[in-house]
Amino acid sequence: MELGLMQRRLEDYTKSLFMEGLLDAQFLQLQQLQDESNPGFVGEVVSLFFDDSEKLLNELTSAMDQQIVDFRKVDSYVHQFKGSSSSIGAQRIKNVCILFRNYIEEQNIEACLRCLQQVKQEYYHVKSKLETLFRLEQQVLAAGGSIPAIEVTSF
Amino acid sequence: MNPSCGKGSMLTSSRKSSEVVLDQFPAGLRVLVVDDDPTCLKIVEKMLRTCHYEVTTCNRAESALASLQANRNGFDIVISDVHMPDMDGFKLLELIGLEMDLPVIMMSADDGKQVVMKGVTHGACDYLIKPIRIEELKNIWQHVVRKRKNEWKELEQSVSIEDGGDKMQKQSEDVDYSSSANEVGNWKSSKRRKDDEDELEDKDDTSTLKKPRVVWSVELHQQFVAAVNQLGIDKAVPKKILELMNVPGLTRENVASHLQKYRLYLRRLSGVPQHQGGINASFIGTQDATFSPISSLTGLDLRALAVAGQLPEQSLSTLHAASFARPSPKSGQPVPMVDQRNIFSFNNSKFKTGEGQLRQPNLGNSNQMNLLHGIPTTMEPKQLAELHQSFENMSNMQASVCQSNSLLMHRGSTRFPPNMGQPLVSNGLPGGLVLRNISAENGRGLGGYASPVSQTTSSAALTFPMNHGPELPGSNSFPTLGSPPGIPSLTQKGPSKEDIPVNSDAKGSSAGGIIPGYYLLNDLQQLQSNDWEVRNVGLAFNSPQNTSSLTGNLENPASSLFVQQGISSGSMRNSSSGGGSKVSYLVEGTHHQNLSSIVNSSVRIKSESVADTGCQNILYTQHFGQEDLMSVLLKQVSTFMTLKFFTNWCHLLLLLLLFEGA
Repeated sequence: MELGLMQRRLEDYTKSLFMEGLLDAQFLQLQQLQDESNPGFVGEVVSLFFDDSEKLLNELTSAMDQQIVDFRKVDSYVHQFKGSSSSIGAQRIKNVCILFRNYIEEQNIEACLRCLQQVKQEYYHVKSKLETLFRLEQQVLAAGGSIPAIEVTSF
Repeated sequence: MNPSCGKGSMLTSSRKSSEVVLDQFPAGLRVLVVDDDPTCLKIVEKMLRTCHYEVTTCNRAESALASLQANRNGFDIVISDVHMPDMDGFKLLELIGLEMDLPVIMMSADDGKQVVMKGVTHGACDYLIKPIRIEELKNIWQHVVRKRKNEWKELEQSVSIEDGGDKMQKQSEDVDYSSSANEVGNWKSSKRRKDDEDELEDKDDTSTLKKPRVVWSVELHQQFVAAVNQLGIDKAVPKKILELMNVPGLTRENVASHLQKYRLYLRRLSGVPQHQGGINASFIGTQDATFSPISSLTGLDLRALAVAGQLPEQSLSTLHAASFARPSPKSGQPVPMVDQRNIFSFNNSKFKTGEGQLRQPNLGNSNQMNLLHGIPTTMEPKQLAELHQSFENMSNMQASVCQSNSLLMHRGSTRFPPNMGQPLVSNGLPGGLVLRNISAENGRGLGGYASPVSQTTSSAALTFPMNHGPELPGSNSFPTLGSPPGIPSLTQKGPSKEDIPVNSDAKGSSAGGIIPGYYLLNDLQQLQSNDWEVRNVGLAFNSPQNTSSLTGNLENPASSLFVQQGISSGSMRNSSSGGGSKVSYLVEGTHHQNLSSIVNSSVRIKSESVADTGCQNILYTQHFGQEDLMSVLLKQVSTFMTLKFFTNWCHLLLLLLLFEGA
């Protein structure tokens, strides 16, 4: 595939992630932080996010699995997940976390379990999308091209 | 994770290099970021680097603290997450603020108002909500500059106050142009000031070597707090604190600046609205304090008063309205109680305008008073125990105690004719000063317990306007609890009989309240001579004067109360029986036997509660220094404050007042 085409594909793909609401402006901030001195910055951060989130989700799952759910602990996990997901711009995850916290406050276990499921789904969804994104980026870079800057219009 | 700040290698910077530095400002700002979320930490780090700041990251609060302590001057600002597993972000914030006095920015995904407010009250200079954007980080340098600027001002002020400043000010002026030779980096201008502060401190110490900036470690700070508590907050002058702390290498200036910060910190804490309950509890305590022997009031009361002092405005006003409502027909002077702070001013106005009026309403009041006094009786013993525990932790208590005392005093004062021919302030100084007076002036009676109270609260109301001249040197310097002096007339004019107008220039807010009351009592006492021969408050008297006016009632007990304290002679014969028993104080020489049962009852109440602790304390405190007395008393008083008692008491009081009025 020629470079131009790859770049366009990358661009379209990235835009689609924003359009879907999977990513928000914060992701753009990350991209703007990336420069020649630190070309893999976004990738590094996102990898960090993935690793941390896996752990967090595991702990969250086990916490919700308990006979007697410790809501305070669950809340702190969700709060943390909310923070990290919002930091990388994973908007949908953040939104589910907000909802999740409301149910935690109500101590509504059923709803909490549903939220847990939902947050996991969103997480895996955004994870696969981002992985695809990075793969495309790598292709472009490997082909000698540069990653086009995303124009932020309105999401 | 040590910041790569190259210290020491900086050439003595001339004005030229400082200019260069300024151009690059704020580049090179040394930031420490603490967050347990690695994703966020990395992002913020990158953002800060993009802003040309020097970044150090920590994912645990403890390691952050260790870095800060290891590198005292190594950071300019700290950014910390709120929710961290090993330590609460706010706790870290406080520690950093107290120990190192660096500006701290909080960040969190939590944007709830309460959390943000918590950040504010704990002294964070900013609160960022995640996700953090780079634009928000670009401007964090303003916090550093602002803080340095304020510190510089503070230092100048404190220096000028304590040292008579000329020398220091002159030196400080040189700061801008002198070379600090301390820091590398681009922060010379603002940093140099800070360094020069240290230098100035050192110079003041006449040390030829440049001393490292004092590290206010937790232990050192605890020593400091212990020393301050021992001295009494309003009596805690840097010199004495320094002596008490006995830490080699610590200078008075170090202590002075730390003391200022501490006071601000306490004031900040006490500025948080108190709940009703706490106030109630303290209120009750204060009431007792009001009528109990002064000694009991001084130390413990101050604290209790401080706590009590922070009565919510509404409750105070209600109480006041209630209490004053009745007298108004008689005295014709309704007392509008605005808020705690105005207690003193209220008092002032009351006295000024209500001279003579207070005296009148005796009849109705006595009953009321008796009842009122009676209320706490039951509560006190329990309160004592509870208060004891809560006492230590409540810096606010002091304030509230003072305030409540003042409140009490006001109530009492309404009944008392202010023009007893005696200066209200005549006796003793609020708070700590009072203690001094006690020993110093036997006949004066103590009014002020402010100082001990203020001990813990930096701004404690206890700062009474120590107009009492030389006796209270330090007292004036203490910020009052919050507002202008509650101690109106308490500015001591000495035990003279002349009418001392109650001027609300008292600085001690809460403490002031207490004092006015006492002074009133004194005045009422009509001590023709400062003959506080009344050694013991005649708790035992069951004078039938329950119906006498409050003023009348209060006079005697008041005087006796004062006397008791004022008389450093060991005439206090507290027949303190086991807990709860009345302490029968012999009242000698008081003149108004009218000191109604109200007073008696109040005294009784107090004595009951005080019983063991109070009496004994009173007994032996007399022989101790003022500081000791105050602290002891404070402790005792604090025990009187408990939330529930206060609420109950208030309710009862209100009911009684209303009932009487009906």
